[in-house]
Amino acid sequence: MNTPTLSAPVNRRDFLKLTGLAGGGLALAFYIRSGSDASAATAAADFKPNAFIRIAPSGAVTIVSKQPEMGQGVKTSLPMIIAEQLEVPWEGITIEQADFDEKLYGSQSAGGSRSTPNNYDNFHLVGATARTMLVEAAALTWGVPASECRAEKAAVVHASGKKLGYGQLVAKAVTLPVPAKESVVLKDPKNYTLLGRRIAQIDTPKIVTGQPLFGIDMKLPGMLYAVYEKCPAFGGKVVSANLDLVKTLPGVKDAFILEGNGKVKELVPGVAIIADSTWAALSARKQLKVTWDEGKVVNESWDTFVAEARAKAAQPGQRVLRKDGDADAALAAAAKTVTAEYVYPFISHANLEPQNTTAHWHDGVMEIWSPTQIPAIGTGMVNRVLGIAPEKIKLHLNRAGGGFGRRIGADYLIEAAAIAMKVNAPVKLTWTREDDLKHDQYRPGGLHFLKGGIDANGKVVAWKNHFFTFGEGGAPGSGGSLSGDEFPGRWIAHYQAEQTMFETGWPMGPWRAPGSCVFAWVIHSFIDELAHAAGRDPLELRLELLGTRDEVPAGGGGAAKGKQGGGYNVARMRNVLKFTAEKAGWGKKKFAKGSGAGIAFHFSHSGYFAQIAEVTVTKEGQLKVDRFVTGGDIGAQIINPSGAENQVEGSVIDGLGVLMTQELNIERGRVVQSNFNDYPLIRITDAPAKIETHFLKTNYPTTGLGEPALPPVAPAICNAIFAATGKRVRQMPLTRTDLRWA
Amino acid sequence: MKYTLNINGQSRTVDVPADTPMLWVLRDHLDLSGTKFGCGVGQCGACTIHLNGVPARACMTPVSTVGRMKVTTIEGLAASATALHPLQQAWTELDVAQCGYCQAGQIMTAAALLKDNPKPTDEDIDGAMAGNLCRCATYKRIREGIKRAAVIAGTKEAAK
Repeated sequence: MNTPTLSAPVNRRDFLKLTGLAGGGLALAFYIRSGSDASAATAAADFKPNAFIRIAPSGAVTIVSKQPEMGQGVKTSLPMIIAEQLEVPWEGITIEQADFDEKLYGSQSAGGSRSTPNNYDNFHLVGATARTMLVEAAALTWGVPASECRAEKAAVVHASGKKLGYGQLVAKAVTLPVPAKESVVLKDPKNYTLLGRRIAQIDTPKIVTGQPLFGIDMKLPGMLYAVYEKCPAFGGKVVSANLDLVKTLPGVKDAFILEGNGKVKELVPGVAIIADSTWAALSARKQLKVTWDEGKVVNESWDTFVAEARAKAAQPGQRVLRKDGDADAALAAAAKTVTAEYVYPFISHANLEPQNTTAHWHDGVMEIWSPTQIPAIGTGMVNRVLGIAPEKIKLHLNRAGGGFGRRIGADYLIEAAAIAMKVNAPVKLTWTREDDLKHDQYRPGGLHFLKGGIDANGKVVAWKNHFFTFGEGGAPGSGGSLSGDEFPGRWIAHYQAEQTMFETGWPMGPWRAPGSCVFAWVIHSFIDELAHAAGRDPLELRLELLGTRDEVPAGGGGAAKGKQGGGYNVARMRNVLKFTAEKAGWGKKKFAKGSGAGIAFHFSHSGYFAQIAEVTVTKEGQLKVDRFVTGGDIGAQIINPSGAENQVEGSVIDGLGVLMTQELNIERGRVVQSNFNDYPLIRITDAPAKIETHFLKTNYPTTGLGEPALPPVAPAICNAIFAATGKRVRQMPLTRTDLRWA
Repeated sequence: MKYTLNINGQSRTVDVPADTPMLWVLRDHLDLSGTKFGCGVGQCGACTIHLNGVPARACMTPVSTVGRMKVTTIEGLAASATALHPLQQAWTELDVAQCGYCQAGQIMTAAALLKDNPKPTDEDIDGAMAGNLCRCATYKRIREGIKRAAVIAGTKEAAK
């Protein structure tokens, strides 16, 4: 029997065992229709075995992509999984963006690099189930056993050479029951023809020719345009506004005040101006005069908090995050100690597409078009704040011009919906860049006061950290929680981490690899300080620190529960560290003064990453990253190498950009910066000359890439700067450190 | 005010205030939304168009200043739907984009570069592209894409 694509089959149970995900995937009940209603096909008589696949009698294949797309590539990579198992050629299929409907599709949340791991196994099954039914349809048509048939290139072929295209099998397939998942055979990974291929993003033709695609491109018949002015100070309220004048301005249809719901990350109070064009609304806004009640937040400034942290650094923290052994005693007994203060500021996400949403309140239904990462947060907010029943909220997902965690927040979505309730037409709310920088949900800044001890053999024996963070209502903002489990907690016998939190009214939210994006910088910069103090090679000291255990379980040491905790597969980290050092040729190059290499690693979002930077710093203090090498272990399968490498390359340059220039000053409860002239993003001129990405394939489940390649970037570069110049960078951004050397 | 503009080789008339930036004329009035709003102050390059073949920031170009200049937008860059510009081909081949929001502006700036300098070095590319931000930081592929487009264009030229 000639069945190459199904030879050496892996059944689902074995597959799950192989990928280590048994019991870890989502229930498929959401997706697979029961056998009885599979025959209740629509009038068009397309074959629709589940919510994700449609095959027309013409043979046209459509795959529905349920996840929000923001540049992380899932609208391409996840349908590739389905197409692989379905045995349809990638070229020629249609990918359709799903609306928000979690009853139909299951979770549509895109955050935490979870889109891939949450859907990987199920999408294999979704594709394989449909393929199994098409093979069965062909076997029944020919009156032969299904085992004599195989699927290839959108057709079923019999051992005799007979062939029927998928379109020709639709009429039969729609009458078949959906097979039990246990009976569905998945392809052996060694027979994959699509997974592992470099595939350009499915929206590329529209992107390169400028076709409407993003939320901000929405246009509906009769649509009006809204802008929304909020108090520059966080949480401020509207006292009054010159609405009478504004309403008389050219093109203005209406202007009104929204009270807000009292939450700085939800419906923020402000003044809406509705006009017949964006420019009319923006022009009218220049004449808008608002009296604000700025509230108590005007007493809060970044510099004051920093001064207070420095004053309290030596005092005990408000909370002990972890305590193993006796750090104070071990520091007192250490052969050498190192003391350092690390500081990083609040920063913005700065998605290039400003926040926007289009909403239309009609027939008792709130219909919304939005670039959002977690649509359920937006619809939940519309339900809660505006009192609209969930079944009366319809949300369409637009491609987002960047996510980075910002569009997990739904403040702009709720604003648009609240405005639409007062406008008898579809209305598109567009934020300006100034709105976006001044009303982000920021990555919290923080300070770490560290002490480390080294014994006579150069071994790290003690680590103490007093961490200062920011939050509200007693809880640190997103990304402002240091887990007691965070490396090197659990690894050093005498380890103590304490936390002091400042209460603020400043909105904070997840920023690409929350927490990890700054903690990795602090931790791996300080480890580097210890290595140099001990006269040890930074790689060798790190390998010693990781130790010989293969797994380190979560908890212990009175550790506070935190998101970054959990089991840590030390063997994977060790291997990826050695792998990366090998790829970069660590220790083999001789650098002249002014050039050098630095290394760092981090585990986050299920991914194990090590990175090595080679930099040159001119005598005038100008940094150039000459070469940047990444090694990563995200499991068994790189779905789309082109997209995967793009995520890593972007993470590297993003991490460098944040390190170089990004900083918000918050004074009297408001952001000082207003646009890219005073909040500069990295430009092509500062992108590293060489960026190399290497994946270490392992037998673990395939996981995501939006985040885990970012955290070690900044410490690898700062450690290289030290190697090059002897200057230790302990403040972000780099503009705060004088890198000149003689 | 009524303005008759030459956009992508077509004559288009709009009735808008004189200070309306071309960005909003294109996006709101002419349904050409490929030209993107990123900053409104000429810092990001997402709104790059060509005026008589020279790159310009549409957000800083009032409609009243355009006159009879030939306006080219990303929608009009390709000779036809089936004959993409070498940059558009290269961007597709190399899968340059992540979110894709800035890429129309990147391509428009790069198109002007290649017209002046058919074989740019890395330094030439960095110099010409420094005004265009990519928040996803696809700069490595933008460099590669421009070089690839130069090869595609060169091959076409040689075949003529």
